[in-house]
Amino acid sequence: MRAMGAAGVALALGLSACAGGTTPKTDTGSAGSTVKDAFNAGLTTVFNPSEKKGGIIKLADEAAPDTLDPGETYYGYSWDFVRVYGRALTMFKPAPGKASAELVPDLAETLGVASDGGKTWTYKLRKGVKFEDGTVVKAADVKYAVLRSTDKATFPNGPAYFEAMLNMPKGYKGPYKSKGMNTDSAITTPDDSTIVFHLIAPFAGFDYLAQLPQTIPVPEAKDTGAKYKEHVISSGPYMFKTYAADKSYTLVRNPYWDQATDPNRKALPDGYDVQLNVNAEDIDNRLISGDLDVAIAGTGLTAASQSKVLSDPTLKARTDNPTLARLWYTSINPTVKPLDNIDCRKAIEYAMDRTSYQTAYGGAFSGGEIATTILPPMIPGYQKYDLYPAGADNKGDLAKAKESLAKCGQPNGFATNIAYRNERPKEKATAEAFQQALARVGIKLTLKGYAKADYFSSYAGNPPFVKANNLGLALNGWGADWPDGFGFLSQIVDSRVIRETGGSSNTSVRIPEVDKLLDQAVNELDTAKRNAVWGQIDKRVMEEAVIFPGVYAKSLLMRGKNLTNVFVNESLGYYDYMALGKP
Amino acid sequence: MITYIIRRLIAAVGLLVVVSIITFSIFFVVPRIAGGTPETLATRYVGRAATAETVHLTAQKLGFYDPMTVQYANWAKGIVMGENYDYGAGVERCPAPCLGYSFITRQPVWPDLLDRAPVTASLAVGASILWLVAGVATGVLSALRRGTIFDRAAMGLALAGVSLPIFFTGLVSLAFFSYTLGWTAPGGQFVPLTENPAQWAYSMILPWITLAFLFSAQYARLTRAGMLETMHEDYIRTARAKGLRERNVVIQHGLRAALTPILTIFGLDVGLLLGGAVLTEKTFSLNGLGKYAVDGIVSQDMPKIMGVTLLAAFFIVIANLVVDLLYAVVDPRVRTQ
Repeated sequence: MRAMGAAGVALALGLSACAGGTTPKTDTGSAGSTVKDAFNAGLTTVFNPSEKKGGIIKLADEAAPDTLDPGETYYGYSWDFVRVYGRALTMFKPAPGKASAELVPDLAETLGVASDGGKTWTYKLRKGVKFEDGTVVKAADVKYAVLRSTDKATFPNGPAYFEAMLNMPKGYKGPYKSKGMNTDSAITTPDDSTIVFHLIAPFAGFDYLAQLPQTIPVPEAKDTGAKYKEHVISSGPYMFKTYAADKSYTLVRNPYWDQATDPNRKALPDGYDVQLNVNAEDIDNRLISGDLDVAIAGTGLTAASQSKVLSDPTLKARTDNPTLARLWYTSINPTVKPLDNIDCRKAIEYAMDRTSYQTAYGGAFSGGEIATTILPPMIPGYQKYDLYPAGADNKGDLAKAKESLAKCGQPNGFATNIAYRNERPKEKATAEAFQQALARVGIKLTLKGYAKADYFSSYAGNPPFVKANNLGLALNGWGADWPDGFGFLSQIVDSRVIRETGGSSNTSVRIPEVDKLLDQAVNELDTAKRNAVWGQIDKRVMEEAVIFPGVYAKSLLMRGKNLTNVFVNESLGYYDYMALGKP
Repeated sequence: MITYIIRRLIAAVGLLVVVSIITFSIFFVVPRIAGGTPETLATRYVGRAATAETVHLTAQKLGFYDPMTVQYANWAKGIVMGENYDYGAGVERCPAPCLGYSFITRQPVWPDLLDRAPVTASLAVGASILWLVAGVATGVLSALRRGTIFDRAAMGLALAGVSLPIFFTGLVSLAFFSYTLGWTAPGGQFVPLTENPAQWAYSMILPWITLAFLFSAQYARLTRAGMLETMHEDYIRTARAKGLRERNVVIQHGLRAALTPILTIFGLDVGLLLGGAVLTEKTFSLNGLGKYAVDGIVSQDMPKIMGVTLLAAFFIVIANLVVDLLYAVVDPRVRTQ
């Protein structure tokens, strides 16, 4: 499973305190900023604020990004870093705390203007924005960028929202294969600075789509298809100087970037050096010693480093512990008998020891917070509730579980299987935790490990296989593409995304009422009403007991020793790479 | 001798074909036998929210709808005749020997291999020289001073060398020599030999020593055992009786005879390392062939796996051939045969 999705929102202070953290002090500087190292100092405040320019920020990645092409990248941290060299129509506000949930215009002058009941969205581009070669960015460049991203034969990894929502001409296969085909039914550009998107159906959250890197302009004359990733033409403050696939890349200032056109970026460093495929433990050591500034993948310190860092107050003070917009959960498949009976499913909800789920994922500190809902707390529409209370100690309510078993006609329990990914020890530990906890009420689980690469396509996400092999439970996880109900829920609770041939993350939620609610929310232009529907969907799915929410994921990030303007962008789930300085 | 070499090279080609068929079968035929479809295979190479159409397009582009034999033949054809690749905005020619395009990065595999081979070669050659010199020298001295403190200390150290895994010694040495003392380069700092020889050596010295520590231990023990046996042979006594200097007796008569089994293992070890020193490369963040292979396996990127497997097999075959030829140099009896 790819580490993707613009996951994450940092935690409010109260929540971080739950995790054993301390409240950061605001020692000096402006309100909402701090200069003293403290645990979680970068969560809700800007750590070490500065306007000073200069320096090269050194980053390292334990692997390599999927691609640097804004039209295809689907890694969460790439959606953060891409803003250094590209400007999408909108973006999440570069600010710490809840403020980052706000969408602000980037390449566009304002947020989108909806018409036709949300079926048409119009954006006006800022004047004077230029590519790295000095060419002025036009609306046609944005249109071309979006259209090329829909060519899934060339860009199979990228998000597929635009081709699903735009009113594309029939048989359109992208600008390479369908060269010259009129695409005005999908996107029009009445003039050089206006772009209009025409949708098949209303979509109230289109501004979220407009922040996807796929709206970063691409000049058609410079496009090289799948090879464009080797030299992306910059529209942001930095441009590529070198690119060595799987090894490294460097960025230097784009001489044609103009601060006057960009209220969101300060462009403090002189450049970025990114090293790829660096050993994760080595990255931690270099981060600790100050030889490295940022672990770009943002997955947090390794388990080995965590114990070292957390036991040293000086090192711990350099870390932040955000909660992410990611849920580790377990699908309860109603297609597998006897789980077609809701009371049998409820028995599992009641009988599971939630603390053992949390322990399996690494504990309260770096594993995650115990979840009782599908939506993580930072997603708009989240409502705190617990339909299946597990007792004061969170170890499960066995009396209720037995009561449910009796109701479903299995008073002595039943047997089923639980699927997990072989390569993920945390999932195996969780499956074992389920096995032990459910055995207390007579539910016998047999562990079934499968290869990660084919987990969804051939096994846990393949409905005929699930049924034939009695996979009553399947370990699962999901990170939001963006912190919004649609971004989080659409792929995991919509029954229409389930493919009989396999490959879907949703394996257990088939509730027609939920599908209708999803459509209702998508069409709702009023934000408050829309968010209320997301909460309604969350609760409705939990009522059916087809998902056991495990933990809201957390990570332990370390701030580079010499950095300024460090904060976790809640909406992205990482340090805001665009805002960093290193004078 | 030339006929012998040609015969060995032809056999090597046959071996490479067999290796490629086995590798192909493991990664492609077996999943199909287990019930996989072209679509389930293609799902590995698309994004998480891919539509059924995207999966279909990908399966089509990667040739998964073709019969297995055709898929293998197409891949093999690319090695001999090259291959064309549609990158959307145009068609790219991958000249022979084109080992295919990565399913993940969609870049030709062959240039990647060429790019990474110097890293692995630098590691393997440097480390092998170190471990051969250190291992053999220690082994000889230990054998000559059997039972002394030196012998015991050296063999104790050798035991530690064999026992300690490279990811432990590597990380500890990085933390100490690179990050604490600052004497050696941090991980992932490879500089090509052609660019700056001094920097090349600086960037590789720690991986060399760490890897050599592991191997030299094994060679020291082997050499010691061989030397102990050889030094009790009759011809050694004869050499001494003839009045030869002890140094000549040890080196020309003792060591030379003890070297034959060491050469055999040395050839295999160097061949294996040239195909990728997975753990060392991973520990020191060196983007060599071993790391490339692991990346390929993790992402089920068949062309990558095929490419690096073939190259590794090629290196092992060549290394063995070189060793066989060196036998003749080391052991006069082979020449006469």
